[in-house]
Amino acid sequence: MLIQYLPIFVLALVVVGFALSNLVLSDVLGKKRRSIGKADVYESGMDPVGGARLRQSIHYYLVAVLFILFDVESIFLIPWAAAGKQLAAMGLGDLVFYQVLIFVGTLGLGLAYVWRKGGLEWDR
Amino acid sequence: MQSGSNVFLEGLRQFAPEAVPGWALMLTAAGIGVAIVMGLVSVNAIFSVWLERKVSGHIQCRYGPMYVGWHGWLQSIADGVKLLLKEDMIPAGADRAMFMLAPALVLASILGAMAAFPLMPDVFFADLDLGLFAILAFSSLTTIGVVMAGWASNSKWTIFGAMREAAQVVAYEIPLGVALLVPVMVAGTFNLREASALQSGMWGMDWFVMPWNNPFVLPAAVLFLVAALAETKRAPFDLPEAESELVAGFMTEYSGIRWSFFFMEEYAAMFLMSAVGAVFFFGGFESPLTALAARLVEDPRLIVPAAEGGMRLNLGSLPYQLAAGTTLLLKTFAGIFLMMWLRWTLPRIRIDQVMTMGYKYLTPLALLCVLGAGIWEAIRHSWLR
Repeated sequence: MLIQYLPIFVLALVVVGFALSNLVLSDVLGKKRRSIGKADVYESGMDPVGGARLRQSIHYYLVAVLFILFDVESIFLIPWAAAGKQLAAMGLGDLVFYQVLIFVGTLGLGLAYVWRKGGLEWDR
Repeated sequence: MQSGSNVFLEGLRQFAPEAVPGWALMLTAAGIGVAIVMGLVSVNAIFSVWLERKVSGHIQCRYGPMYVGWHGWLQSIADGVKLLLKEDMIPAGADRAMFMLAPALVLASILGAMAAFPLMPDVFFADLDLGLFAILAFSSLTTIGVVMAGWASNSKWTIFGAMREAAQVVAYEIPLGVALLVPVMVAGTFNLREASALQSGMWGMDWFVMPWNNPFVLPAAVLFLVAALAETKRAPFDLPEAESELVAGFMTEYSGIRWSFFFMEEYAAMFLMSAVGAVFFFGGFESPLTALAARLVEDPRLIVPAAEGGMRLNLGSLPYQLAAGTTLLLKTFAGIFLMMWLRWTLPRIRIDQVMTMGYKYLTPLALLCVLGAGIWEAIRHSWLR
């Protein structure tokens, strides 16, 4: 039922209003004394050298890719978990269970492969 | 307990004049609900910040805040006023639009998740059949806000914090979601109120976590606790903030009211995770107190069908509703207290340990739990019939 979600849309509007009004209030009430030193980023008292958009370790990318794999997996498990009882009542429990077993088993093999290949080692 | 009947809406229908159109009533009901959710988040942030400072103080053999009010209970309000009056700085090299948007996005997503949280069995804001799913979906949006904040600040500390947040939260979302599927499997629903009502047997002690229901729920609860700590960036998983190594991590460059948005998000997220854990593992509204109240009132439903058709409010059920709401709040704050206790007891772990734990231990264990729970449920409902 889509009408269930009407309060959430109202909430979204109010939240935007809340955030904006707080920011405006803070802008009106707060002091403003700008200076070059103050606008610098904090680097423990030193003048910052170069920008901050440095190259990051490739591991972060790998983690993101692995996440997509397992997140899709958990998305497929969700309907099974929620409907398991009804499926069992319909006599489909066994069939769906074996399908899920094959599905999770395949992904488990994938995890084992990544593990053996060293994809989960952070300090390499 | 029928789905979609909102107590605010029914109350308005009963007392509003006939001429008021239905959509206006619905909007007003939603407005009352919004006020309650916003109030809950604000009061929770104010109270939890004070509680955290008191708990940490007493764990370290000191008092914590003592001066503003009795045992410093007004300290958070005084801090809030101070934050509102602070200068709102934006660093010169920052991406201004993203910098300004990030805290609002973080706050909005956690407030969206709060919407699915029921206050009492019949007092709720939005009764979603996919309640748990909505909570998980909304609360994972906060990661985007945090990464945006870290990137937009253009400071080295914030970038490190943002990258750690991305890796850590992304890695722990899988065990979190999969561990929650175990009680969902026992309940057969994502709706928080329905899941809670299923645990009302045995004087309110028939919780999903009890081993006679399904022995795989207890290990799933432990996995959920660890993953929830990582998801809410709480110690020992507070690497994105890591105040002793990254200054303040992703929020180093934030000040004033924008910074307080991150704070409100952190405490709202703790509240939500504790509440989800309480509902799906530890009985939700159900406890011996609730069961007693349910036996004392005539009809535990707050909205009952009226004799002349339609619905009417049954105020006689208020003792039961209040007992149930208090039970859930107490359980939630017990969870929050546990998280605070852990923060001041365990040292922070390194990023490689975080990743090892997430992918090598929690994810496979959570998958095994789900499969085990599936076998158990299949035996109970299909093979043994």
